[in-house]
Amino acid sequence: MTERPHLAVVGAGPAGLAGALAAAADGVRVTLLDAAEQAGGQFYRQPAAALGARRPQALHHQWRTWERLRDALDRHVGAGRVAHLADHHVWCVEGDSGAFTVYALRGPAQERGVAVSADAVLLATGGYERVLPFPGWTLPGVVTAGGAQAMLKGGLVLPGRTAVVAGTGPLLLPVATTLAAAGARVAALVESADPRALPRRAAALAAQPGKLAEGAWYAGQLLRHGVRTLTRHTVVEAHGTDRLEAVTVAALGRDGHPKTGGTRRIPCDTLAIGHGMLPHTDLAETLGCTLSGTDVRVDDEQRTDVPGVWAAGEATGIGGAALALAEGHIAGRSIAARLHGTAPDPRRWAAAARARTRSREFFAALDTLYSPPGGWPDLITDDTVVCRCEEITAGQVRTAVGTLGATDPRTVKLLTRAGMGWCQGRMCGPAVAGLAGCAFTPGRRPFARPVPLGVLAELPGQEPDGSAPAVADRH
Amino acid sequence: MNPIELARARPGAPFTVTLDGRPVEALPGQTVAAALWAAGVTSWRSTRGAGRPRGVFCGIGVCFDCLVTVNGQANQRACLVPVRPGDVIVTQEGTGRDDD
Ligand SMILES: Cc1cc2nc3c(=O)[nH]c(=O)nc-3n(C[C@H](O)[C@H](O)[C@H](O)COP(=O)(O)OP(=O)(O)OC[C@H]3O[C@@H](n4cnc5c(N)ncnc54)[C@H](O)[C@@H]3O)c2cc1C
Ligand code: FES
Repeated sequence: MTERPHLAVVGAGPAGLAGALAAAADGVRVTLLDAAEQAGGQFYRQPAAALGARRPQALHHQWRTWERLRDALDRHVGAGRVAHLADHHVWCVEGDSGAFTVYALRGPAQERGVAVSADAVLLATGGYERVLPFPGWTLPGVVTAGGAQAMLKGGLVLPGRTAVVAGTGPLLLPVATTLAAAGARVAALVESADPRALPRRAAALAAQPGKLAEGAWYAGQLLRHGVRTLTRHTVVEAHGTDRLEAVTVAALGRDGHPKTGGTRRIPCDTLAIGHGMLPHTDLAETLGCTLSGTDVRVDDEQRTDVPGVWAAGEATGIGGAALALAEGHIAGRSIAARLHGTAPDPRRWAAAARARTRSREFFAALDTLYSPPGGWPDLITDDTVVCRCEEITAGQVRTAVGTLGATDPRTVKLLTRAGMGWCQGRMCGPAVAGLAGCAFTPGRRPFARPVPLGVLAELPGQEPDGSAPAVADRH
Repeated sequence: MNPIELARARPGAPFTVTLDGRPVEALPGQTVAAALWAAGVTSWRSTRGAGRPRGVFCGIGVCFDCLVTVNGQANQRACLVPVRPGDVIVTQEGTGRDDD
C-alpha cells in the first residue's frame, strides 16, 4: 500500500472523536462522518455557530476535555490527516476485510448520496433514549430528557416554563440542572429508583470517587435551584388535551406498583422523561456484527467479530462519556496498529483500559439500580398509544398477545403494525416486548436512515479500485 | 435567565419565516423545531389516524414525531432541518401529502 491506510469513523461523539484522534496520531488517514453540523455527539453537543454563544460551557460539564478534543481535531483537520464530514447521515456500511463503503446522505433534506471507501470502519454511533409508554405520553410538551437537553444545548431553547423531569437513570440529573440553570422552573425531579440504595450495593462505587463527587455536585445544584426530588416515584399519567398541562405522580411500593393514595398532581407544561438508553446498532447489524443483548459485541481491542470493523462508545453498551472516550481511544490505537500490519501493544492504552474497566463496573452497578419499576406494564391503559408512528394502542398489543397468541414482538408487529412506521420500532420496541412479556431484542433494519429511492437507484456497482476518490459525490 | 443569556449568545440578526402563513421570528443556526419552540409552538403535525397533535419528542432525529412540511417538502424532521430566512413552514396533516 503506497497511500496511508484509510479509516472511516461513523459518529463524532466522545467515542468517535477519541478513536479518530488516536488513529490519526498513529499515521492513519481518517474520514469522520457525523449527522450533526458540529462535532461533539450528545454529551458535547454545541450551540449552532451562528448563535454566537460566548459561554457555551455554561451548558456543559468537563469543558476542558472538550477543548482538548476540539483543538486536536482542528489540528488534524488542518494538517489533512482527518476529514470531518459534518451533516452526513450514514444509512449503510458495506463490505468486509479491508474494503468498506460507507453510504451517507447529506443536505438539509438529506436527499443527496455520498459514498466513502475505507480500509477499516469504527462504529461510534452512540445511542438514543428509551421511553416506556404511559397514558398521555404522546401529548406535545412531553419530550425525552435527552431531547430536551439536545434542543437546549444545540438551539438554546426551552420547551416551556415549568418542567417535570422524570423516569429513571443518571441522565435525569444533568437534564434537571441544565433546564433549571437555563431558566426553566423545574417543579420536580421524579426518579423511580432509590439512589440511596447505591452505596450499599455497589463496591464499584468506591473505585469511582469522581463519580460520587459528580453526584454530590448535582445534588447541590438541585438544592440551589430549589428542585424537589421525589425518589421511588413515577409519573402515572400526563394530562392535557392538545398540550401538556400537568402530570400525576405516584409513590411506588416495594413491588414496583404505585401505592394506593400516594398520588399527587403537578402542574407543568414540559415533561422531560427517560428510562435509560439503547445503543444504535443498525449499521453494525447490516455489516453482520454479532450483538450481545442490545449491544454490539467487542473484544478487548474494541473489535467486532467482523474483520475490519471496530465499535466504541454507547453502541457497545451504555456507560457515559468517560467510557466512550476510553473505548474510542483503545479502538483508534488498535486500528492504527492493525492497518499498519503490526500487532497492537495493549501497554499503549493501559490507562484507557483501566478507565474502561472501572466505568463498565460502575455502570453495571447503576444498571441494576436504575431499572424501570417492575410494575410499569400495568400502568399502561388499553387506550394508551404504544407505537407512536402507527398509533397502535396497548389494548391492540394485548389482544395480539392474549387472544391471538403472539409470543414475540415480531408476531405482534405482523398482527398490529406496531413498529412498522417511520421510526421502525425504535421507540415502541421495548414497550411491545414488555407488554408481550419477553426480552427486548433490537429489530433488524436494512437501513439506518430512510433513503430516497433516487439515491438507491443511483448506487454504483463497485468502487473502481485504488484510484477512486475517497469521497464521491453521487449527485 | 434564559438559554441565550446563560450561554451569553450573540446570535446573528433574526429573520422571519412563516408558520401556516403567520410570521415567526427565527435565529440563524436554529433548527425549524428550535425556532418553533422559541416562538412558543410545541406541535405542528396531526397524526394520520386519530388526528392528534405532535411535535418534538426525541429531539435527535430518531422518533419522526416532529415531521413538518418545509417549502413544500412534506415529512421533514423539524429537529434536524436548519431554519432559513423566508422558509414557508406548514403544519402537516396526516402524511402531509393530502394535496398531492
Ligand atoms: C439526546 C441525548 C442527550 C444526552 N445528553 C447527555 C448529557 O447532557 N449528559 C450526559 O452525561 N450524557 C448525555 N447523554 C448520554 C450520551 O449518550 C453519552 O454520555 C455520550 O455522549 C456517549 O458518547 P458516544 O460517543 O458513544 O455517542 P454520542 O455522543 O451519542 O455520539 C454519537 C454520534 O454519532 C452520530 N451518529 C449516529 N448514527 C449516525 C449515522 N447513522 N450517521 C451519521 N452519524 C451518526 C450522532 O450524530 C452522534 O453525534 C445523552 C444522550 C442522548 C441520546
Ligand atoms: S423529535 Fe424525534 S425525529 Fe425530531
